[in-house]
Amino acid sequence: MNIKKNIALSDTGFIFNPSTGESFSVNPIGVEIIKLIRDGKEKDQIKESILEKYQTDDATFERDYYDFVNIMNHYNLTEIDE
Amino acid sequence: MNKKKITVAVTGLNAVDNPGPGVPVIRALKESEYFDARIIGFSYESLEPGIYMHDIVDKTYQIPYPSAGTESLLQRLEYINDIEHIDVLIPNFDAELYSFMKIEDTMKTMGIKMFLPTFEQFEERHKVNLATFGKKYDIKVPYDRAIFSTSEIFGLTGDFTYPVVVKGKYYDASIAYNPEQVLTYFNKISSKWGLPIIIQQFIYGSEYNVIALGDGEGNTIGAVPMRKQFITDKGKAWAGIAIDDKELLKMTHDIIGKTKWRGGMELELMKTADNEYYMLEINPRIPAWVYLAVGAGQNLPEALVKLAIGDEVKPYTEFKVGKMFIRYSWDMIVDISEFEHISTFGEF
Repeated sequence: MNIKKNIALSDTGFIFNPSTGESFSVNPIGVEIIKLIRDGKEKDQIKESILEKYQTDDATFERDYYDFVNIMNHYNLTEIDE
Repeated sequence: MNKKKITVAVTGLNAVDNPGPGVPVIRALKESEYFDARIIGFSYESLEPGIYMHDIVDKTYQIPYPSAGTESLLQRLEYINDIEHIDVLIPNFDAELYSFMKIEDTMKTMGIKMFLPTFEQFEERHKVNLATFGKKYDIKVPYDRAIFSTSEIFGLTGDFTYPVVVKGKYYDASIAYNPEQVLTYFNKISSKWGLPIIIQQFIYGSEYNVIALGDGEGNTIGAVPMRKQFITDKGKAWAGIAIDDKELLKMTHDIIGKTKWRGGMELELMKTADNEYYMLEINPRIPAWVYLAVGAGQNLPEALVKLAIGDEVKPYTEFKVGKMFIRYSWDMIVDISEFEHISTFGEF
C-alpha cells in the first residue's frame, strides 16, 4: 500500500486530493506516518519509529495504525503498490 | 498591446441566491487582456442587482420576457442597438436561449453576433431527452420520465423507488420522498416553468460540474471541472474547487467532439460511492460559477466573444487545480431615483 502520488500533504497536516477536490486534516503523528508510508517504509518499520519516539505500546499502535489506514483507504487516498 | 474595443450585451444580471451568470461573465470580460469591453446589461426585472453595479455595467436596458414573443424582443433590440451598436450578445438563461436562437440570423444583419448551440444540440441535450442522449453518447444517466399530469404521479411507484427528483423544464429541482411531495412540487414547478415535469431517479453521491466551451467544430476551447463544496438549499454551489479529474475532462472532450457543441455548456454530474458518474443535466450556456474558471486561468467568456466575432482562439490546455470560489452576498445602497429610472424608462 502507498499514498496516491497526486495527493498533496502539507506540514500543517492538510491533505488535498486534486482529483476529487476533497481535503482532510491530520495531526502531527498522522503527517509523520503518511511521510513514512510515502518513503516506502513497511508497517513494522513505521511501528519501530513511532514506538521509539512516543510513549505508546505495541497493541495501541497496531489498533490506531489500522484505523488510520482504513480511513485513508475509505477516502481513496491510498493505492496498492505495483 | 492595444485592447480591442467591443460592446457586449449580457443577460442574467440577477446575482441573487440562485444567481444568473451575467455578473461573473461581465467580470471576466472586464478583466480581459484582449478586449476593452463596454458592457450593456439586459434585465427582465427592476431589482436585478447587476443593473446597479455601475463599476462593471455601463448601461442597462430592460428587455421583454421570452413569453412576449420574438417580435417584441426584436423591436426592443433594434431600439437598443441604434443607441449602443452592440457587437456581441451573450444570453445566459436557459429559458431565453430558444428565442435568441430563433432570431440569431436577423440579429446578425443588425451587426449583433452570438455564439449559441444549434437547435439540434439544444434539443438533444434537453432534460426531457437526457435518456436518449445518454444512450447515444454512452454516458450513464439516471432513469427518468416526463409527466404531464398529476394523475400520473401515483403510478410512478412501479418505475421508481423514493426519493425521486422532481424537475422543471428549465429550472428548479426538489427531492420528493413520497407521492404527496411529488404532487406539491409538480404544482409549484409547473406553475412557474410549465410542463412537462421530469421525474428522475435520485442518485446518492457528491456533486461535480464541468464548465466547457466548444467551438462548433468539435474542439474543446476550454474545460474546468469543479466539485461543489457548499450547496445552498436550492442546490446551487456557494463554494467549489477546481479539480484535476481526467475522467470528467475526457467525458467533456468526448461530448463536445461528438456533438460538435457550439458555445458554453455546463455538465452536472453525480459521483456515486462506487466512483461512477451519472450525468444529471447538460446546461446549454455558461454557468454562474464561470468566474472560478477565470480564476483558474481560463477566461472562457473572453474566448466565447472571440469565437462570436471570428477572432482566433487558442484552446486552453491547462488550469490551476485547487483554485476555489466562495460566493458571498453584498448589500448595495441604492437611491430610489435609480430604481425609479429603470422601472419607469426601462433603461438606466
